[in-house]
Amino acid sequence: MFTAQQYVKAATLEEAWQLNQKRSTTLLAGGCWLRLTRRRVGTLVDLGGLGLDTIEETEGEFSLGAMVTLRQLETSEVLNSAFGGLFKEMTRHIVGVQFRNCATLGGSIAARFGFSDLLCALLALDCEVELFKAGRMPLEQYAKLPADRDILVRIHVKKNGRRPVYQTMRNAETDLPVLAVAASEKDGQVRVVVGARPARAEVVNAPLALAADKAALEAFQAAMQSQLTFAGNMRGSEEYRRHLANVLTGRCLAALQEG
Amino acid sequence: MKYVNQAIRKVDAMSLVTGKPVYTGDMVPANTLMVKMLRSPHAHALIEEIDTAAALKVPGVVAVFTYKDVPQSRFTTAGQTYPEPSPYDRLILDRRLRCVGDPVALVAAETEAAAAKAVGLIKVKYQVLEPLLDFTQAKDNPILVHPEEDFKALCPVGADNKRNLCSVDCMENGDVEAELATCPVVIERTFYTKANNQAMMEPFVTFSYLDEYGRLTLVSSTQVPFHVRRILSNALEMSKANIRVIKPRIGGGFGAKQSAVSEVYPAFVTMKTGRPACLCFTRQESQANGSPRHQMRVTVRIGADEDGTIRALDVKALSNAGAYGEHGPTTVGLVGTKSISLYGSLKAARFSSEVVYSNTMGAGAYRGYGATQGIFAVESTVNELAAQLGMDPCAIREKNMVRLGQTFAMYYGESCTSCTLDKCMETAKKMIDWENKAPRRVLENGHIRSVGVAMAMQGSGISGVDIGSVEIRLNDDGFYTLLVGCTDMGTGCDTILTQMAADCLDCPMENISVRGVDTDQSPYDCGSYASSTTYVTGMAVVKACAQLREKILAQGAKMLDVPADTAEFDGKRVFVPGTDREVSLSAIGYASFEGHARCISACESHSSPVSPPPMMVGMAEIDLDPETGKIQLVDYVAAVDCGTVVNKNLARVQTEGGIVQGIGMALYEDIQYTKAGRMMNDSFLQYRIPTRLEAGTIRVEFESSYEPSGPFGAKSIGELVINTPAPAILGAIQNATGVAFHTLPVKPEDVVMALRNKAE
Amino acid sequence: MQVTIQLNGRPYTAEAAPDTQLLHFLRDAGCKSVKCGCETSGCGLCTVHMDGKPVLSCSVLAAQADGHTVTTLEGLQKEAEEFGGFLADQGGEQCGFCSPGFIMSVLAMGKELGADATDQEIREYLEGNLCRCTGYQSQLRAIRAWLAAKEGKAE
Repeated sequence: MFTAQQYVKAATLEEAWQLNQKRSTTLLAGGCWLRLTRRRVGTLVDLGGLGLDTIEETEGEFSLGAMVTLRQLETSEVLNSAFGGLFKEMTRHIVGVQFRNCATLGGSIAARFGFSDLLCALLALDCEVELFKAGRMPLEQYAKLPADRDILVRIHVKKNGRRPVYQTMRNAETDLPVLAVAASEKDGQVRVVVGARPARAEVVNAPLALAADKAALEAFQAAMQSQLTFAGNMRGSEEYRRHLANVLTGRCLAALQEG
Repeated sequence: MKYVNQAIRKVDAMSLVTGKPVYTGDMVPANTLMVKMLRSPHAHALIEEIDTAAALKVPGVVAVFTYKDVPQSRFTTAGQTYPEPSPYDRLILDRRLRCVGDPVALVAAETEAAAAKAVGLIKVKYQVLEPLLDFTQAKDNPILVHPEEDFKALCPVGADNKRNLCSVDCMENGDVEAELATCPVVIERTFYTKANNQAMMEPFVTFSYLDEYGRLTLVSSTQVPFHVRRILSNALEMSKANIRVIKPRIGGGFGAKQSAVSEVYPAFVTMKTGRPACLCFTRQESQANGSPRHQMRVTVRIGADEDGTIRALDVKALSNAGAYGEHGPTTVGLVGTKSISLYGSLKAARFSSEVVYSNTMGAGAYRGYGATQGIFAVESTVNELAAQLGMDPCAIREKNMVRLGQTFAMYYGESCTSCTLDKCMETAKKMIDWENKAPRRVLENGHIRSVGVAMAMQGSGISGVDIGSVEIRLNDDGFYTLLVGCTDMGTGCDTILTQMAADCLDCPMENISVRGVDTDQSPYDCGSYASSTTYVTGMAVVKACAQLREKILAQGAKMLDVPADTAEFDGKRVFVPGTDREVSLSAIGYASFEGHARCISACESHSSPVSPPPMMVGMAEIDLDPETGKIQLVDYVAAVDCGTVVNKNLARVQTEGGIVQGIGMALYEDIQYTKAGRMMNDSFLQYRIPTRLEAGTIRVEFESSYEPSGPFGAKSIGELVINTPAPAILGAIQNATGVAFHTLPVKPEDVVMALRNKAE
Repeated sequence: MQVTIQLNGRPYTAEAAPDTQLLHFLRDAGCKSVKCGCETSGCGLCTVHMDGKPVLSCSVLAAQADGHTVTTLEGLQKEAEEFGGFLADQGGEQCGFCSPGFIMSVLAMGKELGADATDQEIREYLEGNLCRCTGYQSQLRAIRAWLAAKEGKAE
């Protein structure tokens, strides 16, 4: 458990941002992952009073507030019907309902954990993050940046007909993933994201057609294996993770092909 | 019988389900000092210097204690009958640190936050020593875990601290080597099990205070209050007469609380400061420095005929006591006695064991107590033998299993006086549809469905050692008070003993008030462990009630002015048959409290010269994904012979719960150490006990025998039920993949890698 | 800092440090049904309702709960007895230490899932509530009986 000297419930994003420029400040979203740390926090800035807990839909996109809880994502009918149940699939294994009622989208994405289901799954969609100062940038770009002192405000998900699927391997149902693969199809081309390697999720930079046959898939997998880093930890060895990456990309592609 | 063999609600159920403050941590008085420990970051070290000055300056800190402050008598925290077989090998605080997490200093402060802050300010200079982490290299290793001269073993268990030996033993019946030499089929396998954690939901917690008489009083989540009294007296070098131990409701124990893991520290603080003190372990502490199952290596040699007749069993166990020897010499015995004795066909058998010290966390008692490891090894080897002989694994067992009336040569020569193991096998096969499901089938999605089987036994108390006593009193108005010294830890003994008493006294359960343990007030009981309570203490209830009935009858007859042998007692009244002369129990109760009468109470104790084994058969059906290696339990069936089922609900729930713990051991619960000896799986995030999604569906049926030496024909159930999942599930994995695994847990990666190796 | 919550139907105000967990704030307020079972947000023993939703009180700070409605099992005694009776009839509480958190989740589930919920849906809703005693089967039997009885009453 962390310790904190001071707690401030930010009244405005500007106030939160100002406070967050000090190194000793930590932003508080859901607090679920933060609680696992032994961080010594000076000022804890609660983002809970800024109205960032809404899921909004416009013609071209969904706008998801950083304080939307994982449970909101999991149970959102509009999101799940628009993206083939992805939002349920990427959240449902995370600890338990009472955890998911606390943990937030922003907390999960901003922390950029390697094991993050959300980061991996959302990279399969066309998302932009909205930062208070830096403005909008693609999620893929944001995911590669180191942590900074800006504030993640919203995530915008394009409604562009992209069809995602998400597959993970977990040693137990509510455990962190040993490996996660998200894939999505648009215009006959498939984007593949591999997370929990155990490093941060990354998009595979190699072409894969929806109609790929066994040989094409194997060529893609070979590219993936050489491009991405894999490593071992308590949950699995590098070798096993590499094996799973092939199995799960194959399954994701099959799922997309089945429609 | 009105209550025995029924599904009765527990007498304390409603206070538990409405969240009443009935656990140790709910009762901590105001003004109690909170105790925190500085724990060793090293697996093996000596404290060279320790500076507590800065810690003592933290506002709210009352005291900091180091090894310089504690009594110098070594003791064991094992909750066992005196003289304990576990060596006296520890101090409250020691200059030598033997595992990561060994206590370095105790801080007592007004608040937990102050104590935690002070812990961080204690400055220690360690002389870091090379740790002995691999228990298979422990014997005669130049690194000694217990080099101290005052190391002491009270019993001749073969302990030799200069060789890292906690105990050594060997027993043989017949000539194993000669028998094996003539067997046409001999297979030998070696198995490894981990130091599984009980992971009871309530961590270790104790608080202590000086009562109005100035005596040390402990309230603790313990299975062994009377043993704790003795352990404290040893550790604190004080008279037992000045110690009182109270056990409130317990949030689970499973053996963890058969060691005094948390008790000595707050007690020491209270004696030093005169203040109430409380120590509540974190989950991390409970995981890393609790009292887990002994890690073991078990080698099994089986000799058989081509037709599957098993003629010889040779079992050899190496057990890792870790840093301290709690329960080391005793757990290992069950590895052999409870596994070999499943087979009645043996011409010869041998069991040899060594228990060694190492610089890993000290082990203790965990449900199954060695039988779990032994049965896993022997039953897995039998599964492999069946495969090698091309036999059905049920058929090979049907051919060889122990039967009613046989003698358990390797189980102290006891007779098998009650046993429906054969019926259990038949029932389990029907329940899971073995004939159609064995050994495997491949589903459309490529997953493999397969089944596996194992048998198990345990004991019912420790023969000739365990003792349970109860006192039952008649009160005015005719209600009873039942005082017991055994410890309900959620398992329901307060309820089942009340059920038994109500049947013995022909009264409603509501007429009996039962009381949990207070060593000042309860009659002596060694505590609840070794599957003893129903069988041993239950018999004490039966005996006490019989005695009480005689006393009630005598008092009633006296009031009726008739000879006692002409009157009868039917639970409500004493009467003379065939007449209208009667006196009610209520009137007898009132009369017994009058000056010229005698109070009516009965106290009986019971100890059994035998420990009749409950038996069971477990069968697992699994779904195995050969691509990812993931295994999901589909169905688990259990057919159990625990003699008469005293409470159908509680026996069923015990069985289901034990099976899920066994599933955890088989597939999920891993203990891994860093190279420096720090345990990595010290949280629920990293030590995955099964959730309800892993548990699958479990179905239980009882095939009751009648045990003549048990109360109402009952045997035990608590520990037995954890023993079948590991061998049954690994049997199913073997049936699915053709690969036999020998190390627990079997994780998805292990399956994938084994399949890959097999293909190559 | 001062924290005021609507606790079990009544306003409750107390001092809390900036890093005080709601769990300890509630226990100090006398709500001893709220148990602490781990430090890693993974056992479910400390489940309470905040604004009607089940949350882990270990993962919410007292300060975050300021101004919110918090309900513990102390505030749901009637419901606890009602469902608890079904649980007790199965022996599904065993040691009882996980029961309050479990029952808080069950009561929330009862509002979200109907009597037609499948066993798997029930298991998934309650996946965050660990129990080491029972093996979970008796809890499922109790829930099924409770849901059936609730539906019977509704008809």
